[in-house]
Amino acid sequence: MPLLELQGVKKNFGATAALAGVDLEIAPGEVHALIGENGAGKSTLLNILSGAFPPDSGELRLDGQIYFPRGPADARVQGIVHIHQELSLCPHLSVAENISLGLEPNHFGMIDRDAVLRRAHDLLEDFGCTHINVDAMAGSLSMPDQQVVEICRALASRSRIILMDEPTSSLTRHSVEQLFRLIGRLREQGIAIIYISHFLEEVREVTDRFTVLRDGKSVATGKLTDVTDDQLIAHMVGREGEGADLFGERRSSNVPKELVLQVRGLTSPPKVRSASFDLYRGEILGVGGLVGSGRTELIRALFGLAPSSGEVSLRAEILKRRSTPANRIRSGVGYLSEDRKHEGLYLQLPVADNLTATGMQGISHAGWIDLPKQNAVSEQIISMLNIRSARPAAPVARLSGGNQQKVAFGRLLYQGPDILLLDEPTRGIDIRSKADIYREVRRLADAGRAILMVSSYLPELLGICDRVAVMARGVLSPARNVSEWTPQSIMQTAISESPSMEAR
Amino acid sequence: MSAGWTAKTTAMFSSPARRRWLDLFGPFIGLVAVIAVFVMLSESPGQFLSPANLRIVFAQTVIVAIGAIGMTVIIISAGIDLSVGAIIALSSVITALALQHGWSAISAILAGVFVGGIVGLVNGLAITQLGVVPFIATLGTLGIARGLAKYFANQQTVNPPATWINELAVSFPEKPWMLVAPGVWIAAALAVITGIVLKRTVFGRHVFAIGSNETAAKACGIRVDRLKVWIYSLGGLFFGLAGVMQMSRLRQGDPTVAVGVELDVIAAVVIGGGSLNGGEGSVLGAMIGALIMAFLRNGCVQMGWANYVQEIMIGAIIVLAVALDRYRSKALA
Repeated sequence: MPLLELQGVKKNFGATAALAGVDLEIAPGEVHALIGENGAGKSTLLNILSGAFPPDSGELRLDGQIYFPRGPADARVQGIVHIHQELSLCPHLSVAENISLGLEPNHFGMIDRDAVLRRAHDLLEDFGCTHINVDAMAGSLSMPDQQVVEICRALASRSRIILMDEPTSSLTRHSVEQLFRLIGRLREQGIAIIYISHFLEEVREVTDRFTVLRDGKSVATGKLTDVTDDQLIAHMVGREGEGADLFGERRSSNVPKELVLQVRGLTSPPKVRSASFDLYRGEILGVGGLVGSGRTELIRALFGLAPSSGEVSLRAEILKRRSTPANRIRSGVGYLSEDRKHEGLYLQLPVADNLTATGMQGISHAGWIDLPKQNAVSEQIISMLNIRSARPAAPVARLSGGNQQKVAFGRLLYQGPDILLLDEPTRGIDIRSKADIYREVRRLADAGRAILMVSSYLPELLGICDRVAVMARGVLSPARNVSEWTPQSIMQTAISESPSMEAR
Repeated sequence: MSAGWTAKTTAMFSSPARRRWLDLFGPFIGLVAVIAVFVMLSESPGQFLSPANLRIVFAQTVIVAIGAIGMTVIIISAGIDLSVGAIIALSSVITALALQHGWSAISAILAGVFVGGIVGLVNGLAITQLGVVPFIATLGTLGIARGLAKYFANQQTVNPPATWINELAVSFPEKPWMLVAPGVWIAAALAVITGIVLKRTVFGRHVFAIGSNETAAKACGIRVDRLKVWIYSLGGLFFGLAGVMQMSRLRQGDPTVAVGVELDVIAAVVIGGGSLNGGEGSVLGAMIGALIMAFLRNGCVQMGWANYVQEIMIGAIIVLAVALDRYRSKALA
């Protein structure tokens, strides 16, 4: 009998189907790889298993019994623990206290400190991590050590199934080997592990069977020894092309080739380790890669939101000024954040204020905002981008996700920068809004603007960009003409272990 | 367990333990500095440090100190309670009324403490069940408790018959062997007990856990809502007891007393190393914080300085203490 069995699990968030039918079967002591592109539904599935939210439909069975966790605590009691991608320790508690959190050995409420320390010490020793001080504050540890502590916490609760979401993303090679040894030991004890990773070498090293998720469905499952990497990648990306007309026509640009942004050896620790590229007028340069590979951090460093070193020259002039977003805006750089809710928009404020937020000089006199002018400017952008049901005075929070994104993008139209840094400009929005944004991006490029665009969506990278570079573990590949890329080759580059990996 | 293991853990203890000492060291230095400054400024240093003056300072600290014990627990959990002053007034009125109605002293005290606990419970329920943020929920009960105090007291002071409650917070205790007022001993004992509870019990560590990372605490199966209700109720009990002490000092129940005391109480916790972001704070630190403010007030009075000088100095010290604390934790990190 399988330890865990899933059938037809579905989950919708609003109008988007995060899971559209997942089947999964896991035996005791099995290490099962969950593979898929960003957004394929892997994390949603783990969240359902760990009780963060319930599925809309489908059947979950644990030991043959219906499994319906009422919350993370209940899932933990039933033996399923999720080790999150973002670490979730209490930074002010000690290592030992974190490991025992929620399960403190105690006598009438008084914590048995010796037992807490001993448990932490034993688990850390099992892991070969005796260098971690059990009495140190968790917040003072390095990221890999914090992850070790979190894994120990899962083990302390006598889990039967451990869900690991990219557990090696912040580990050094040495710790990765220790983790794999530990996984081997867990397997011998009959503990099952669901293992998410984008790195196929890693997956082959540690897991037995796999399931590929694509667009919220389980599309392939089997033994890893029976498939090649190419077959796995084909399962991951194998979607039919979405109408090419969505992206508009890529005209042979009549803009003279002029270098506007030159980046050499840019680093921004810890995520960006090396990026070099040239950006020309009239082109859209795409940056592919996995979430967390350092793409967002690259853009943020360029915009002055994160410290960086390396050489950045703007229109052949090396930038020496302390880089702040205000300086960048003054030099004609525009930025679209991937996180419109937290960084991109003032949700409670009116559309007009959001559109004109990068500089009120154009619509004010001596500090007084010229409201009719602000209104007119806003109306113009609203109609250019087809922002539906939006009056300039309406709060942005009332708009749909797609229209909110258009407002965030529309701010760049108001600002009128020479260089646009776009981070996931169409994430999580409907297809018609996407088309509107693609059309505007193309128009800006044709008008001689230079555009750097990060995207996780392969058809988008291949459909609209002129050239594409791929980020893998903080290293940006050379940019190549889009015709030289295929979905497979982008994926392959994104999940490759970059050579400098060994040096870590 | 092998001897080797014990030796190793003892060695591992040293650096974090040292750091915790440093955390307390800051406020303590501040206290010594405040006292030293006044001793130097004063024409008769002996008077500032005389047993009589120290008794006055300690007795004056009792109310803020007891309130700060409860506030420490709340602030560590990343909460805040603004209803302290109003609870103190309500509790002082209820205690006095109970005495007026012929209740025994001990039942009157319990009534005052209990009323504080009820307001705390209401705070906890409003925060967890109605989803009102602590700042607003307790701002609401601030008004409600103050209004109830005036209602029960019929908008005037309540004068109870004299009992031994009046001796609790006097500056000079009747029995010389007590050295300081009984209330001071009670506050000290409660501070020690609460300190141990925070450090050594499951409840205490969970308070730190939800203040440090509430999401993680939830994922670890901690019943965050229930814990918060307990935390605010416990805080209320302490504020109720502070109200009893208030009644003792004034020898009457006064519904208009202790306006703004919550700010002194919060300041004591923060000067003592508490962080309004949660996860940090200590009862001992808060006690030192309360003493710093009491010595400052007393010193200003001794020097014959105007009230506004105190206010300016205490304001400056709060900002300085927190700025130093941030600087220190940055330097250590």
